[in-house]
Amino acid sequence: MYSNLFSPQSVAELTAALQTQFLPAIWETFYVTVLSTVLATVLGLPLGVLLVAGEQNGVLPLPRWLMSVLNVVINLLRSIPFLILMIMVFPLSRLIIGTTVGTTATIVPLVVAAFPFVARLVESSLRELDANIIEAAQSMGATPMQIICKVMIPESVPSLLQNFTIALTTILGYSAMSGIIGGGGLGKIAIDYGYYRYKYLVMYAAVILLILLVQLFQSVGTKLAAKCDKRLKNR
Amino acid sequence: MIELKHVSKVFETAGGRVEALKDISLTIPDGDVYGIIGMSGAGKSTLVRCINMLERPTSGEIIVDGKRMDTMSPAQLRAARRGITMIFQRFNLLMQRNCLDNVCFPMELAGIGRREAAERALTLLETVGLPDKAKAYPAQLSGGQQQRVAIARALATNPKVLLCDEATSALDPKTTRQILELIGDINRKLGITVVIITHQMSVVKSVCSHVAILDDGEVVEDGLVSTVFSAPKSAAARHLVFPGGADITVSDPTQERRIRLVFRSAKTTSIPLVARLATEEGVCANVISASTQKLSEEIYGGMLLGIPAGQFERAWAFLNRIENLSVEEVSVDVQ
Repeated sequence: MYSNLFSPQSVAELTAALQTQFLPAIWETFYVTVLSTVLATVLGLPLGVLLVAGEQNGVLPLPRWLMSVLNVVINLLRSIPFLILMIMVFPLSRLIIGTTVGTTATIVPLVVAAFPFVARLVESSLRELDANIIEAAQSMGATPMQIICKVMIPESVPSLLQNFTIALTTILGYSAMSGIIGGGGLGKIAIDYGYYRYKYLVMYAAVILLILLVQLFQSVGTKLAAKCDKRLKNR
Repeated sequence: MIELKHVSKVFETAGGRVEALKDISLTIPDGDVYGIIGMSGAGKSTLVRCINMLERPTSGEIIVDGKRMDTMSPAQLRAARRGITMIFQRFNLLMQRNCLDNVCFPMELAGIGRREAAERALTLLETVGLPDKAKAYPAQLSGGQQQRVAIARALATNPKVLLCDEATSALDPKTTRQILELIGDINRKLGITVVIITHQMSVVKSVCSHVAILDDGEVVEDGLVSTVFSAPKSAAARHLVFPGGADITVSDPTQERRIRLVFRSAKTTSIPLVARLATEEGVCANVISASTQKLSEEIYGGMLLGIPAGQFERAWAFLNRIENLSVEEVSVDVQ
């Protein structure tokens, strides 16, 4: 399998792929990942807030049964393997996008898989917040919504950014997996062009690009989180 | 005026019922600086949180400025809380907002316009002595400075009552003094009623005019600071006033009787009492504890003497002849 990894033929195939396939693939991966993360955040952020605020001693207590339902649904969605989930949400993709194949169609399973994950990440970020700060806001006559919007979320921004970066890199990994069900991007190149056609050099090149994308997202995310954090002195 | 009538608070915990407050009744006059002192676990923080309903009392009434706090609707309570603000041991500033925005925060919650709020916040930062820190973030400030910002924030909504929950416990002695001076100034200039929760005697002595001593969820003594501290009646109060020693029984009650002396003026504190007892009366007194302290601009001295049982009458008669000295026998086992 690896004996002729760098044979002239392999190198020629890679060069051809780099010229024609890779640039659009990087873009597809990038846009699917970012768009899925944004949509997963739109759903996951309020859900994560509810998980913390809705507790019995939270700022906006919700009925116990509702909290149990939320928790069960989130755990359920998180326990389905992504590969199976992609197939299970085909009807939903068809309903929303009109098709189940192609780059855009993979956004649906990605969002379905990622929003419960984001909700849990948001939950953990918000739980880091010092309860005394919330108490202080209550002592000033803040409403539950004011506490959520003006205290809990803004005070957690650095931690939220860290966690959104984790979500982004995880979703990037999932998006590569969607190459199997006809999604575009670097995953498709690695599987369709690389693995199935025995062009291993192309496969490795796609993997290396995925690694670089993860590195890029992670370092930008970490820097952004640190830059936003006013708790660090002398900024 | 703040009135607490028969306030009780019970916590149902996994380990059973905890009675944090037991039938507490207190009256805090307008414009007063009122201290609530007690050891940790005495229920001080729970008590102060009942005043602004951060903790709901299990039973009893809380009346602030003539209004029942414990029966208010959530919206009424939020409005009332703007008039009863609070500062905390750990300051509890918003760490992601600069000082100006922290002071603006309660005004923002109350719906006051951004420009008006910022203007007032700047004035308040000046009041607390931090005019140049508007753009600084809390993490860039020292503890004392952070507490000043918290005080400015607490004053933003023109409160009638300021609750201080161990506000100086995280600060060093010098900073504590400065913060207490600031709180005293605010009380005098703005006429705000201040309630101070603390475990430090020195805090109560330096700013409070009235004090309540809380022990195991009960008010064991309350009144003017000078009265309570010059002649503490309860064990908890004595423990605070004579820390270390006064409560330790060292002698056999059949051999030794005890006399507590309280001096009320500098003139009396200068009399060499123990020496005169020995030379004039031949009484060999044992000094168990002694201290002098300044309370509300007056010098007070307290002394606990052990007198041999056979010489007690002579000592008693001698001590009662001295002016400005209150003499009281205390039983050996109840100190």
